[in-house]
Amino acid sequence: MSPAKQKVLEKKLDKKVEVLLEVGSEEIPAGMLPKAEEELRANLQKLLAAENLSDGVTVETFSAPRRLVAWLRGVREEQADVVNEVTGPPKSVAYDAVGKPTRAALSFAEKQGLPLADIYTVKTPKGEYLAAKQLKRGRTAEQILQEILPRVIHDLTWPRSMTWTGIDGARFIRPIRWIVAVANGKPLKFSFAGVSASDTTIGHRFIGKGPLRVKDFADYEKKLAANGVIVRPSRRQEKIAKELATYSKRAGYRVHEDAELLKLVTYLNECPSVLEGDFDPAFLSLPDEILITVMRGHQKYFAVEKRSGEVAPHFLAVINLPKDLKGLIRAGHERVLRARLKDAQFFWETDQKCRLADYLPKLERVTYESRLGSYGDKVERVRAIARWLTEQWFSSGILQAHVAEADRAAELCKCDLATEMVREFTELQGIVGGLYARAQGEPDDVADAIYDHYRPVGLEDPIPRNLTGCAVALADKLDSIVGCFAVGLVPTGSSDPYALRRAALGIVKIILERKLPVSLSLAIGAAAKALHANPPRKGVTAAQETQVLEFLLDRAKFVLREREKFGYDEVNAVFRVGAEDLVDAHKRLVALKAIRKSKNFEPLAVSFKRIRNILEKANLKKEEAHAIQPDLFESPAERDLFSAVRTAAAKVQAEKRAGRYQEALEAIAGLRKAVDDFFEQVMVMAENEAVRKNRLALLSEILREFTTIADFSELGGEERR
Amino acid sequence: MTAKVKLEKKSIGLTFQDLVLKLSHFWVKQGCILQQPYDVEVGAGTMHPETFLRVLGPQPYRVAYVQPSRRPADGRYGENPNRLYKHTQFQVILKPSPLDVQDVYLQSLAAIGIVLKEHDIRFEEDNWESPTLGAWGIGWQILLDGQEITQFTYFQQSGGIDLDPISVELTYGLERICAFLQDVESVYDMQWSADTKYGDIRLAEEQQFSEYSFNRSDSIAIRAEFESHEKQARELVKGFAEAKGKERERYPILPAYDHCLKCSHLFNLMDARGVISTTERAALMARVRTVACQTAAAYLEQIGGPALRREVRG
Repeated sequence: MSPAKQKVLEKKLDKKVEVLLEVGSEEIPAGMLPKAEEELRANLQKLLAAENLSDGVTVETFSAPRRLVAWLRGVREEQADVVNEVTGPPKSVAYDAVGKPTRAALSFAEKQGLPLADIYTVKTPKGEYLAAKQLKRGRTAEQILQEILPRVIHDLTWPRSMTWTGIDGARFIRPIRWIVAVANGKPLKFSFAGVSASDTTIGHRFIGKGPLRVKDFADYEKKLAANGVIVRPSRRQEKIAKELATYSKRAGYRVHEDAELLKLVTYLNECPSVLEGDFDPAFLSLPDEILITVMRGHQKYFAVEKRSGEVAPHFLAVINLPKDLKGLIRAGHERVLRARLKDAQFFWETDQKCRLADYLPKLERVTYESRLGSYGDKVERVRAIARWLTEQWFSSGILQAHVAEADRAAELCKCDLATEMVREFTELQGIVGGLYARAQGEPDDVADAIYDHYRPVGLEDPIPRNLTGCAVALADKLDSIVGCFAVGLVPTGSSDPYALRRAALGIVKIILERKLPVSLSLAIGAAAKALHANPPRKGVTAAQETQVLEFLLDRAKFVLREREKFGYDEVNAVFRVGAEDLVDAHKRLVALKAIRKSKNFEPLAVSFKRIRNILEKANLKKEEAHAIQPDLFESPAERDLFSAVRTAAAKVQAEKRAGRYQEALEAIAGLRKAVDDFFEQVMVMAENEAVRKNRLALLSEILREFTTIADFSELGGEERR
Repeated sequence: MTAKVKLEKKSIGLTFQDLVLKLSHFWVKQGCILQQPYDVEVGAGTMHPETFLRVLGPQPYRVAYVQPSRRPADGRYGENPNRLYKHTQFQVILKPSPLDVQDVYLQSLAAIGIVLKEHDIRFEEDNWESPTLGAWGIGWQILLDGQEITQFTYFQQSGGIDLDPISVELTYGLERICAFLQDVESVYDMQWSADTKYGDIRLAEEQQFSEYSFNRSDSIAIRAEFESHEKQARELVKGFAEAKGKERERYPILPAYDHCLKCSHLFNLMDARGVISTTERAALMARVRTVACQTAAAYLEQIGGPALRREVRG
């Protein structure tokens, strides 16, 4: 017995409900709020959809440190009624020969709670059956909301949740202290984590006045605004941005751009306003990078720049109050910043009481990865790889490649990890080393290389400025990837603790943007050799080296697609015939992209696909594929194709050797007519075996000769992932 | 305006000892036992048995105490205005955590003369974890005009044991707060009392203990002591498993915990002396954690009896 048919009875009068939900919590970490807003919205939509209530509903969500807010509009007041038809036993069983209901009929009626008179029969493909109609009354939005809202809150996920009511109590990011849930002005009844929902919210922690009863979202937003809380993050961000701009205009300074910080302070404050402060210009003797980091890192202040770009002795703090009533807040922030800058100055001076190289022994005590040894060990490997790279470059004609400088930069690049400054401001790793190196008279190239060697840290981040920096950056990243793969730390899914994907991306970007001649497999081999030659002397298997190569190529494909906007099929076509040398692969891609626009090319690509299919089916032996016998050709079309192929092949090889891929591809595209004629006039799978094999050999040669730049049979296919 | 500000600051400038008195008084009124600092070296007020052990089990408890906290690696020979070998914490435990705990905490700031509406006070995410104690919690650092003044933690685990009920731990950094209230740049310039500065009392200690822990401690002897204390802790805990009846009730778990604390401090001394390699570091910490967790488990078992029946305090 199951509902065979369902009929939805739409109601004529369809009133809509507006709902306000606010989860009042102790301060939620600012970084988690944007995702929580998103999730709250998705959860609401999902659960409303499950109740057939999501049609025409607008869900907006907002947040501030002490609240997560949802505003729903257009929720139907009631679910539609639904009539389900339930089928019972076959008619033949339900009635006896004289048409009297049997026990089966009676018990079906009883089960449905209906008199026998309401039971009727339906015709189905399997015969006639008893049936009954059951009306399922739609529930009210109020009933449903009371059921789903606690679940919506419960289903939010957090990086690290907590309990506060006891071990079996609710889990949330911080304790929930109140809940507002109002539907069309009426409070909803439910509770979560021991807190009952009501229509009463709480304003700003210090400037809000008492509990606030609210009717709907508009009322809520207005009352909160009057009590020191701007509910919408977008409005808070606008306010901060506006005040920063006003300051710049008035003071004639520029605010140091920092979108991430702007977002952070937007979510850190319920009532943000910008406060100006100064610091002693004597601190300007510290490098700008350090000044900005001190202000931003710990204190979340915006730095201020002069028109020339240098840091000015002022800062802008965002406070959670409309104003600094007595100037105490400004005095406090200035005092804290002074102490921080003094610390930084102290680090700057004490760190430099010894030279950067003097930190090398300390690196022996800093673990990189337990099986891969200390940073001291890593430095030795990075040096070896950087030397190898620069030697390669020098011998391939790049005369600025400087082995000794690359070696020196590699030797010093991790020293700052042992300094007080980097221990305090880890985000300044590399930068501090570069600054110290420069201050201590290392050559500019070496200092810049150290400064830049963590770069690029993302798709948009620039690569190191100079060749030495590129060498060290490549060496460092290669060592990380090869080392980690060697001990089984291969990134999976979202887990990539050693940021190997980012490292691979960096390698690809550096090689491509600097157009460096690097054979990926040789470079991997060099890194493997360095890993084996230095303590802790880890071996890398051939299979692991291949795995690293594939990992790098995969990232390279990603960069070429996402950043350089090459097509999926184009990248696959080029990589299929090898991308060991990324710069060369890139050149081939450019040529391929250009030639695709010519009218001959796409049809030719289709023919290549056809050739590949034919050959795959024919399964020719290797020696057969090479044995073309011109005297076995029967028709002019195959003779013409053969001579066109030989002519084109010579030209393609010459152009390719000269690096003129586009010209080479044009020569290939010129084959279109000969290929088309061939397929029109010649049947490849001739009955005579010798003739057939000869034709197949001709096709093999075409594939062999003309797919060294790209495998055209990949082109135009579906996007494959 | 500047003159006015200065004047007001003078009027709220509490001496170090008045700060201790006011906080003590405030929390006693909240129903806290006023305990004394623990007499074994600790790195933080959390290590005091009044926190580490009391948060275990179901027994409600409220306690407050001052705890001088030694961090040998943070010593700066008395030359850095803010960093100290030994700083002073004011520690509060509220078990279970009351609903209005944030408000009560803010009232404590008002009690030491901070006018809440005149300052930018915020709760910024900062979760706390002690790998040597197997303890962690969720919470914030409280910032007063950009200055960290308190660590506020909802304890989730102590000694590797899930806590039920959840306690709140408040740890005030007294030097920072006091320097802020007195508006001095260096902790050594703070008034401890009306006529004595912090530096008068503590500078020599900072200098000598920095010198000792960085340059003169006998790391071989310290290592031997570490081994010895660890052994004593382990054996005491082991003995508890076999203890029965009356002997079990008065079995020395608390002394076992003292040995853990010794281990922790000795570890810190070796660390400051730079004689621990990174790999060994993790291993030594794990050893301290192991005995700390065993002690916590034994303690919980031991109080399972009479402690539960005590009256609940407000």
